[in-house]
Amino acid sequence: MPTNPSRLAYFPGCAMKDQARPDELGTLQALALLGYEVEEIPRWNCCGTVYSLAQDDLMRHVGPVRNLVRVQGMGEKRVLTLCAMCYGTLTRSARFVEEPERLERINAFMDTEDDFRGGIEVVHLLTLLRDEVGYEKLASQVKRSLDGLKVATYYGCVLLRPREFAVDDPERPEVMERVVEALGGTPTVFPERMECCGAYLTVGRSDVVEDRAGRILRSARGNGADLVVTTCPLCQFNLDKRRPAGAPSLPVLYLGQILAWAMGVDEPAVAALLTDEPATGKPVPSGV
Amino acid sequence: MASELDLSRDRLDAPFARRVEELSGENPYACYQCGKCSAGCPFADYMDALPNQVLRLVQLGDESALDLSAPWVCASCLACGVRCPKGVDIAKTMEALRLLALRKGISPAPATPDRPCPQIALVGAYRKLTP
Repeated sequence: MPTNPSRLAYFPGCAMKDQARPDELGTLQALALLGYEVEEIPRWNCCGTVYSLAQDDLMRHVGPVRNLVRVQGMGEKRVLTLCAMCYGTLTRSARFVEEPERLERINAFMDTEDDFRGGIEVVHLLTLLRDEVGYEKLASQVKRSLDGLKVATYYGCVLLRPREFAVDDPERPEVMERVVEALGGTPTVFPERMECCGAYLTVGRSDVVEDRAGRILRSARGNGADLVVTTCPLCQFNLDKRRPAGAPSLPVLYLGQILAWAMGVDEPAVAALLTDEPATGKPVPSGV
Repeated sequence: MASELDLSRDRLDAPFARRVEELSGENPYACYQCGKCSAGCPFADYMDALPNQVLRLVQLGDESALDLSAPWVCASCLACGVRCPKGVDIAKTMEALRLLALRKGISPAPATPDRPCPQIALVGAYRKLTP
């Protein structure tokens, strides 16, 4: 039976139910407006947030693979993530267990699950918008243009590295900039847009992450940005909550939030983000 | 005759380098020490040895690489690997060095939050920095 192309299995991950909830609320409504039937996968578990880079350590792949088994159980061939880190872990595990011996071992270990058969594609929101919706259709759906707003597009690491599953050219990406343009905004390309924020070092080395956040925010502001967008909840946390004293106060939002705002989604968590400046009629951030 | 010269790395007595290679899947001897990894590493400022120096110690079979803080400051952002002209994914070498310590029960990096953190950070830190 062919799968319905507009039906999308969706893996939220922990952050979308917690600190990134406004991203999920906005994005899911935007996707509905774009004609998708998004269905959360049943009984999902944490993806692990970071993946093992070792040749063994198969145990570290059990979490992500269990989620892929759920997608398989829905009869779907692909799964959508909004979170950059979930995209990384699910993709890495899907590729890692392509090797038959690893697949056999992990299936033997997951005693109570259906065997994973492989062949599940992990799709990130950005590639969905680029490759399936298309920038033109996206632009045609805009109800509230981001006209006049300078948006710093912050990729961070996981969307672009490793090269094997980068959503775009790892050194010269443009997908997020094109999405911002489709929404009517002006992308601010800044040198630090692909540089790591420090990720999980925020736990034990918040001093390092503060330095990183300050440098990234200063670069964004220095290049003229009104706000920063990202798709990674850990980047969002680090840039916002590890913002050092004296660093620019520009808001750090999720891509899904500006997507939903531009598409006119009527959702309090989204609508409050930007307001039209009475004098110019152009959108401005409502504050951090 | 040149064809009779034994230039193989098998002649090196460097079991430590082999162990790191096995765990990482990356050949440390592919590195020719150009330093591009260190030039682009966002965390090099906080490391006690530059990424290319860490790799050099591994090439030399020097286990003192395990005593460095550098692998624990590496956040696995993979910037080094996408830029390496020899295709060495150095972040995998860093991971192997962490694992060699962690599998002996040694976890030198702080993985307990000193300030509030979201679960996405906590899970990441526990998986990378604790046994």
